[in-house]
Amino acid sequence: MNPWFLNFLEALLLIGIAPLVSTVLKNFKAVLQNRQGPGLLQSYRDLFKMFSKEPVLPHGVSWIFRLAPYTVFAATALACAIVPTILIQAPLSAAADVITLVGLFALARFFTALGAMDTGTAFGGMGASREMTFAALAEPAMLMGVFVLSLTAESTNLSTMMHIMLKGNLGLKPSLAFALTCLILIAIAETGRIPVDNPSTHLELTMVHEAMILEYSGRYLALIEWAKQMKLVLFATLLINLFAPWGIAEEISSNALIISLGTWIVKLLILLLILAILETSMAKMRIFRLPEYLGLAFLVAILGMLTHYILEPPL
Amino acid sequence: MDTKFIILAGPVLAILVPFASMVLSGRKEIRNLVTNLILVCSGIFSTVTGLTGLLSPSRTLILPLGLPWLPMHLRLDALGGFFMIVVGLMVVSVGIYSVGYLRNRERELNRTFLDLSMSLFIVGMQGILLADDAYTFMVFWEVMSVSSYFLVIFEHEKEANRKAGFLYLLMAHLGALFILSSFSILYAPGKSFEFEIMRSVQLEPIWASLAFVLAALGFGMKAGIVPLHVWLPEAHPVAPSNASALMSGVMIKVAIFGLLRVVWDLVGLDQAQAWWGGLLLMAGSSSALGGVLLALQQHNLKRLLAYHSVENIGIIFIGLGLAMVFAQFDNPQLAALGLVAALYHTINHALFKGLLFMGAGAILHATHQRNLEHLGGLIHRMPWTTILFLIGCLSISALPPFNGFVSEWLTFQAALMAPELTGSPLSALIPFSAAMLALAGALTATCFTKVFGIVFQGTPRTRSAADAHEVDGWMLTGMALPALLCILLGAFPVWVIPLIEKVPLLLLGTDMGSSTSNGGWLWLTPLSKERASYSPLIVLGTMLLAGVVAFMFYRRGRADRPAPIWSCGHPNLTSSMQYTAASFSQPLRQIFSTIYQPHEEVSRPDHRHPTDSGRVRYSVHVKDLAWVYIYHPIKHFIEWATRKMDWFQNHRIHGHLLLVFLTLIFLLGVLL
Repeated sequence: MNPWFLNFLEALLLIGIAPLVSTVLKNFKAVLQNRQGPGLLQSYRDLFKMFSKEPVLPHGVSWIFRLAPYTVFAATALACAIVPTILIQAPLSAAADVITLVGLFALARFFTALGAMDTGTAFGGMGASREMTFAALAEPAMLMGVFVLSLTAESTNLSTMMHIMLKGNLGLKPSLAFALTCLILIAIAETGRIPVDNPSTHLELTMVHEAMILEYSGRYLALIEWAKQMKLVLFATLLINLFAPWGIAEEISSNALIISLGTWIVKLLILLLILAILETSMAKMRIFRLPEYLGLAFLVAILGMLTHYILEPPL
Repeated sequence: MDTKFIILAGPVLAILVPFASMVLSGRKEIRNLVTNLILVCSGIFSTVTGLTGLLSPSRTLILPLGLPWLPMHLRLDALGGFFMIVVGLMVVSVGIYSVGYLRNRERELNRTFLDLSMSLFIVGMQGILLADDAYTFMVFWEVMSVSSYFLVIFEHEKEANRKAGFLYLLMAHLGALFILSSFSILYAPGKSFEFEIMRSVQLEPIWASLAFVLAALGFGMKAGIVPLHVWLPEAHPVAPSNASALMSGVMIKVAIFGLLRVVWDLVGLDQAQAWWGGLLLMAGSSSALGGVLLALQQHNLKRLLAYHSVENIGIIFIGLGLAMVFAQFDNPQLAALGLVAALYHTINHALFKGLLFMGAGAILHATHQRNLEHLGGLIHRMPWTTILFLIGCLSISALPPFNGFVSEWLTFQAALMAPELTGSPLSALIPFSAAMLALAGALTATCFTKVFGIVFQGTPRTRSAADAHEVDGWMLTGMALPALLCILLGAFPVWVIPLIEKVPLLLLGTDMGSSTSNGGWLWLTPLSKERASYSPLIVLGTMLLAGVVAFMFYRRGRADRPAPIWSCGHPNLTSSMQYTAASFSQPLRQIFSTIYQPHEEVSRPDHRHPTDSGRVRYSVHVKDLAWVYIYHPIKHFIEWATRKMDWFQNHRIHGHLLLVFLTLIFLLGVLL
């Protein structure tokens, strides 16, 4: 099979499976909290309903309000295409390395914030302000976190990095523990989960992401929600394939691909279960404690870098 | 073509401007058109000159001007050529823009004076880039500084502008003094002002370091490196917008050129020491972070942009510092990568900062407002300016696929090669710089979300914003040119970098190794395909696809139902209920309060019932720590010293006579 075609299928898989993953997470949480979870297809039904509804457009908004959801979706979908999921040598991953991946998330966030500012409501401004503030701390932390990995792998290319983590005779690398800690903290923040943001709240004092999309409806809302679900799968895949890439397909053969898909799903389920336990056992943080949380991630990443320089001389 | 023509066409055309202005002073409309179009031609010729300099071997020219024993030496090489392109492109854009910006403003502007200052300013910058002896360099440097001083105080009726102008003149001359001292150190061994001889001489290490420090101080002052930046946010915003576009877009780049010329070319990297690069890295990191943090809290649009210039100069310095460090550790190809990253950011910053300053000028022209809090909703009244300004915002925020991202990406790639410097303490400094760069980039995106959201989106906050009108075609064309270049430089780095590589070829004797495009024209691979690659065209293609789909839905899809804003069911929203610039940046003000030391004041009438707040006034003032900890103490020390000197002035004739006598004795003693 052509690797480009496979890459395309991989992207479709990530985009297609994203709503399912968020339902699975909801179900895990529901089981832990002695509730009945939604049916597994609920997210698809929601998306279908939103796509088929007539969108309501607030008075006085500009073209940016309408363009933003598409940009957000496209940037996130492109990110799905460049993160190797099943096959390690995804040809499109050469189009964008980790720095560009962070850049794509930044682009999506920039347009979400502009879409929020477009209505001129206090909620939109508040959401945009908070989101951009926290992103301004989370984004460099994420960059530093992946740089620690890049220094070990001597590459910022995702395929190469995963390959080194899979094959490389790494020995004892304490800096990787710092990178993992930092990236987990950031993944929770970037996907807007507890304790950073509560995805199921509309309480005005605490919400960040929800405040930005209050005025959206119909297909616009569907695109943004879908992109958000994709982001969760993306960060999970990044964590899985960067730190536990075992089983990922190295060549194109049906055996390797099936094994790779199977292990990926198992690892994803484990990660979701951990996330569900975390979300159930914790309360949301006060919003002004967040800078400390993100600052911690940043510091951990810088410590990881220093560790790399001091404790891990090149072989 | 004739060397003389190639080198002199741009500057000579620029000199013609004030004469044309005087000759045509009776016919306002024609004068406006002619003077600006001459500037445009001068810019076009400068660009061609620059391209010639980049693509062909260096050429020199000696003009019988200047001192009797020192004719004027001019030289066009790759370094000067690259910066000539930067100057040329911006002069073209600003020239076109000025036709619209200055039209029908004859009554409020002293036009001949503006033309004279502008023309000398441009000639000064072109001359510096071409100079091949220290005397010519300093003459043109002063021409640039003094003419830009006149641009700063152009609206001299306002006291604040005169103060800003004085501060600028003071700092510019202090900087010039440092540069002059640096040249005098280089002059000493060869006893010649000619750059050719300065290049060949060897200096003692201590003198070489002194020359470097003086040059770094002098040029750093002009470039606006923290903590030498204090003049920049005062001076750049008060000049007319077309001039501030050139000052912030190009003039501070000329300082970068000066640093490269003196330190890399004249002193030479072979005499460099390891800590020089470290110093540049530290200066760059502090500027990048300091600049953006202060920019976030500004409410005057042009002042905010000026602080962003400080930030971007910091990013350029990080690239230069990386290059110097790598060159020191015998890794010229990585040094070339760092230098290319810095130069790429130089041209990028010139383009998007010029664009944003022109955009700020367009807003000023349309609304007569500079304060962010008085604007809003301009997207409905100035649709084209909005699109162009948005391109500038996306570029400066380093978002793919725009040009700012390419240069920051290259800088990161250079920084990630730090493990090559095994066992040097600098290899721990570089990740720190990378962290500051990452933080600065993310904060810039925050800042420009604020700017764009507050200025263009939402609803107008004042009458003048509501009555805004779109600016004319000249101004839009002037802004469209850099906007287009921002997109092209973002999409085709594979074709731009081979041109920029001529500069490291001149200064380092090597380029990045023919690796930029070894993966094909689609992929930018500065080191190797496995190491890192980036394909802006794929990103751009995806974004365009999203745009096309959005447009098709907009045209064919079901019509969206218009409805009042929901806002969680809150009715009767007014424009004053929107988030303001001050409230947008409040969380960051709180997080970085140790750096800002914000002074907040809340006043409310206290005779009311506690639940009835009435009219509350909130004001916040943020300090620039450079003033608090460096400049105010210096000022106080000077005041203290002058007071102590007062006892000389005891207003008695005997005392003064005694002083004269003692001086005489002392001088005689020195002579004998």
